[in-house]
Amino acid sequence: MDDAVLDSTGRITPGQILPYRAEDLQRQGSGRSADRVFRLTTGLCAAVVGALLLVVILFMVKGSALAFRDHGFGFMFSPEWDPTNQKYGALTFLYGTAYTSLIGMAIALPLGVFTAVALVEILPRGPAKLISLAVELLAAIPSVLLGLWGIFELVPLVRRFEIYIYKSPTGLRHLPIFSGAPLGVGYLAAGLILAIMALPFILSVTREVLLQVPASQREAAYALGATRWQAIWRFILPYSWKGIFGAGLLGLARVLGETMAVTMVIGNTPQIKASLFASGYTLASVIANEFTEAPSELAISALISLGLILLVVTIVLNAGARLMILYLNRRMGTREVK
Amino acid sequence: MRIPTFVPAALALLLLTPAAQADTLKISGAGGTFIYPLASKWFNDYNKLHPGVQINYQSIGSGGGIRQFSQDRTVDFGETDGPMTDQQLQESKVKPIMHLPMALGGVVPVYNLPVGGIKFSGVTLAAIYLGRIVMWDDPAIARDNPGMKLPSEPITVVHRADGSGTTYTWVDYLSKVSGEFKGKVGVGTSVTWPVGLGGKGNEGVSGLVKQTPGSIGYVELIYALQNKIAFSPVKNAAGEYVNASLASVSGAAATANIPADYRVSITNAPGKGVYPISTFTWILATPAMQDGAKKKALHDFLVWAVTKGQAASIGLGYAPLPKSVVQRELKDLAKLN
Repeated sequence: MDDAVLDSTGRITPGQILPYRAEDLQRQGSGRSADRVFRLTTGLCAAVVGALLLVVILFMVKGSALAFRDHGFGFMFSPEWDPTNQKYGALTFLYGTAYTSLIGMAIALPLGVFTAVALVEILPRGPAKLISLAVELLAAIPSVLLGLWGIFELVPLVRRFEIYIYKSPTGLRHLPIFSGAPLGVGYLAAGLILAIMALPFILSVTREVLLQVPASQREAAYALGATRWQAIWRFILPYSWKGIFGAGLLGLARVLGETMAVTMVIGNTPQIKASLFASGYTLASVIANEFTEAPSELAISALISLGLILLVVTIVLNAGARLMILYLNRRMGTREVK
Repeated sequence: MRIPTFVPAALALLLLTPAAQADTLKISGAGGTFIYPLASKWFNDYNKLHPGVQINYQSIGSGGGIRQFSQDRTVDFGETDGPMTDQQLQESKVKPIMHLPMALGGVVPVYNLPVGGIKFSGVTLAAIYLGRIVMWDDPAIARDNPGMKLPSEPITVVHRADGSGTTYTWVDYLSKVSGEFKGKVGVGTSVTWPVGLGGKGNEGVSGLVKQTPGSIGYVELIYALQNKIAFSPVKNAAGEYVNASLASVSGAAATANIPADYRVSITNAPGKGVYPISTFTWILATPAMQDGAKKKALHDFLVWAVTKGQAASIGLGYAPLPKSVVQRELKDLAKLN
């Protein structure tokens, strides 16, 4: 081991000399004071991060107090949003956030996971690298630009699809999820944009997770005579389900709070409709739209309350997911390889 | 790693530079986005004429401008597209507050149909925005446009989703011409719309209208002019269908009955040739300003803005204040001196 060094993937490359000799360590950063300073610095950083979250939560709780005092907890479940008459409720926005996130995840999760499988298990290295790079660049596009692209390219496309359904002799338009006028903007357009935004996160995390699957797992599968499909479906994906779950959560967190791009294509109508084609409104969008010109203290407080609700939803989802992993872990404990 | 000595030196230089210009008088303001292009030209031009005065303006929205000026007291003047309400004035920590008209704006209907040149009366627009009129070949639209062949297509209503002075002016007008609109929707910077899609900003509304066949929306006149978007004439109180222009918007300010405190809506103004969906935009200032030098500088700037500065308005597509208003305002501005 003296002449070996760990490379970035954790493999040992023989024949290389370690960059430090023991004498070097004697000189720089030795002694207990250096240790103490180091511990203090890192501890301080951790404390700042923790405090930051606390400060934000405190601000939101304080800011939302007025709205909750005025409207009671009925605020959460009232579908009314009427700034002129000072009546506020969160339900339509909660619904819009949930619906669009659901559409976004329903598209992005399978797309992301299957693409990751293709990149790691199926495609040759060259094209796989190219696709990975492209997806990472997708994550770098500012959401405002995606929104603009949404208005000018995606929305007309969605409208064409809606008109196609509307005119289709199959009578699909009588189904509640396809009902309504073909506007182009609405839940479907917003969900598609969200899927595009969540995709890079889900894909790159899933890819990393699949890369971590030890070769022994694959070899074992093939040794048992599994086909490629069986190896992936029965051995590799189950082995990495926890990581994929985490990838999904990361994507969901991105989707729940997304503001600009959704605002530009959802139609901003506070209503609750089952149809994919109807226009709607999300928690983040209404905050972005109305905050600067909020007509009263109560209106500002109501908007901050919506932010608080969004935060609580995110926390509950995260906690729920962790609990689920814990539960599944216990049930599948015997199959886990630690 | 050693940090090169020039880094702290450069940092020190950066930190010290502003102190070197401490003799310039800095005035800060905040308010609506509507006036921002004009305001920044004014402040720039004025700074060239009077290098000792530097005015900074944050276009954070009218609501924010009112708050920062009257509640937080973090700026020397505010700016708003809609006058402060009696309640806002009462709750203000700054008293008294003067409303000073600075320029005029108009709001115009835009639509997306292969048929050009459709005219609207206020009542028809109100009915469309109430969801009462849902087809383009409705008899009410036909009455506004005799002899025109209107398509039998559904109307998609588009409005602003963000709170905005543009919305305030639009619904203020519709509430004046339709009792039902006043009762159901009312007046405000953001209201509850019975129908329609919301777009963020003028660009969001015009984008939605451009993308949606059969849609109708409203945008600021200046935005429509700058982006060469065709807009429709609207019927004024005298019964004429008038196209919005700098002259017809200024005309509304000349014929409207303006109270002493200038807090007035000039929508649906009486008289011939005036455009009915027009509005002032106001700077909020107070004679109770502590810093005498700043007060004097603000006064001098405001006098310049309502006189010489009005030339810049026209160049940028804002309707200039009519002479009658400028005369009155100069008298009132003396209170700031």
